[in-house]
Amino acid sequence: HAYRHKMRLNLVVSRNFSTLTSLSSTRKLAENVSSKPKTASGSEITADHLLYTPEHFALKESLKKIIDQDINPYVDQWEAEGIFPAHKVFKLLGNAGFLGVNKPVEYGGLGLDFSYSIAVSEELGNIRCGGIPMAIGVQTDMATPALARFGSTELKKEFLLPSIMGDKVACLGVSEVGAGSDVATIKTNAVREGDEYVVNGGKMWTTNGTQADWMCLLANTSDGPSHKNKSLICLPMNSPGVHIARKIDKMGMRSSDTAEVFFDDVRVPCKNLIGQEGMGFTYQMLQFQEERLWACGNILTMMDNIIQETIQYTRQRKIFKMPVLYHQSVHFRLAELETEIELLRSLLHRSTALYIKGNDVTKLASMAKLKAGRLSREVGDSCLQYWGGMGFTSDVLVSRFYRDARLLSIGGGADEVMLSIICKYMDTLPKK
Amino acid sequence: MSPASVFVCLSLTLLSDYPVIRVKPDNSGVVTDGVKHSMNPFCEIAVEEAVKLKEKKFIKEVVAVSCGPTQVTETIRTALAMGCDRGIHVEVSGKDYEAMGPLQIAKIFAALAKKEEASLVILGKQAIDDDCNQTGQMTAALLDWPQGTFASEVTIDGEKVKVVREIDGGLETIKISMPAVLTADLRLNTPRYATLPNIMKAKKKKIANMKPADLGVDMVSRVEVLRVDEPPTRLAGVKVETVDDLVAKLKANGTI
Repeated sequence: HAYRHKMRLNLVVSRNFSTLTSLSSTRKLAENVSSKPKTASGSEITADHLLYTPEHFALKESLKKIIDQDINPYVDQWEAEGIFPAHKVFKLLGNAGFLGVNKPVEYGGLGLDFSYSIAVSEELGNIRCGGIPMAIGVQTDMATPALARFGSTELKKEFLLPSIMGDKVACLGVSEVGAGSDVATIKTNAVREGDEYVVNGGKMWTTNGTQADWMCLLANTSDGPSHKNKSLICLPMNSPGVHIARKIDKMGMRSSDTAEVFFDDVRVPCKNLIGQEGMGFTYQMLQFQEERLWACGNILTMMDNIIQETIQYTRQRKIFKMPVLYHQSVHFRLAELETEIELLRSLLHRSTALYIKGNDVTKLASMAKLKAGRLSREVGDSCLQYWGGMGFTSDVLVSRFYRDARLLSIGGGADEVMLSIICKYMDTLPKK
Repeated sequence: MSPASVFVCLSLTLLSDYPVIRVKPDNSGVVTDGVKHSMNPFCEIAVEEAVKLKEKKFIKEVVAVSCGPTQVTETIRTALAMGCDRGIHVEVSGKDYEAMGPLQIAKIFAALAKKEEASLVILGKQAIDDDCNQTGQMTAALLDWPQGTFASEVTIDGEKVKVVREIDGGLETIKISMPAVLTADLRLNTPRYATLPNIMKAKKKKIANMKPADLGVDMVSRVEVLRVDEPPTRLAGVKVETVDDLVAKLKANGTI
């Protein structure tokens, strides 16, 4: 039978005993390393797992297929273009049920607990860039949780349901040019005029901002203490007065479009308020635990993949007459990194297990986020070194990971904020 | 008599995420521990076809069947999540599993198909780890049913099935009566993703459990694997300067 196998599922790989040299059709600069993605989910222990059931693993396998077939083949192109087609990708994921895993069933969600969201976040780490998982995370676990919990039925029908179906792209408007870690000092106002809010101000670092249909906006709605005067409002992005000032050119996460947005007397109906006025800050804080655990799940799989690719590369690349991998400093260092990855994974799963039983895991979640950001920088830096000159090129995943992962210590709660939270729990902060 | 049930017979195969499968040090086989297993891709295509036929209302029920250790229930669950109605797990483990080959599997499938009065048995054309390409054909022979193998298109026409088969010379179209055995080739369809809602629904679907003995099948293998070796490592070539050198070298090592 002289037919050509489709490249799905690395079919060709498992049938031959020989190395990949004879199979990869494109010999780029990266010698014998296959251009086919190697996913890390094969190394998971499925029986006796502390957190995951067979359904979690079935979920991961299905999501992996979508990633391998409909996302990864296009990542290089989208990275080069500086944007990925959010509506297209989200619809794909929405159809398969992956955008509403822990959202209410009445709005198209699956009503499952947060451990399933973590399973999704881990599997999304198999996407060969950081930008797209981040964009998905904003949609599922940053712009929508407060709406799902506190929004009115009408509001949920208009914004939550289509977001879960993948028909509407959401973005989160919290950070501003003048206020990032210190959310309390945001300046965007929503002033009540009759049955409308008039919004003035601007938002920064808005992931999905140039493509979004609506924004979950945090704005000041009254005077008063800064943690009690803010509200969350569903803002349609096509409202008159909303200006996408620019798409920010970033060092990494390049396939994710990040916008700077201005609001010039934008009118929004008051019914678009999520929950109660003045509770915006509290609502947003309630979901921080989930956001931070989600980010951790994501990066773990990416780190696994980077380590595996580095092992494969260094096994074939020779230096001083033997594979780079055989030099003790190399395999020992990789072992150190792998150890820390497993430690972080244990922390993540433990926190998630406690969380789904109703416990507050703020301290553990902050620790997980802190460690995730720092460890991913170490992994990226150490592994890139072992790739040598090749690591410095844009032909390989490790250089993209190096650039993408750097954001983790900054966005979603900077390392310094995480440290402050942990210190608060340790009661070591200076007293006023 | 419109078709009642279709059996989709699944195989769990080695699907390594890493490039090299290794031969065991004693050359008795291949290392399977720690290597990820997954539903055979051709079986996925078979499941998809069966579910499609059910959606088009040509058949009433799709049953997913697999033989092997406990692990294969995951494969059956995937098939259920893709749309099969129920599953049957024929438990084979340990030494029996290691010695299990197409003939034993075919005997099991044949016994089940007869017992449950299946109208169609659909399998993947071959497993991607051993490439045997025998189970479907043997099952048909044991049942004395017609077979449509390497199917790239299947159409049900009353009591008959029209099968377009991929053969070396091109495509061959045949018409066979049901009950029949079909094996799926690559281009038959593109398998659907198991969506998350369906994965959760599949939890409630039933998987029956049985042993080969319950079906009166003896698992004794008539085949003994003597040795498994890796193919010879590809040696480096030698560069020569002129055509004369090339001819001389080829003569020297006896090639010409």
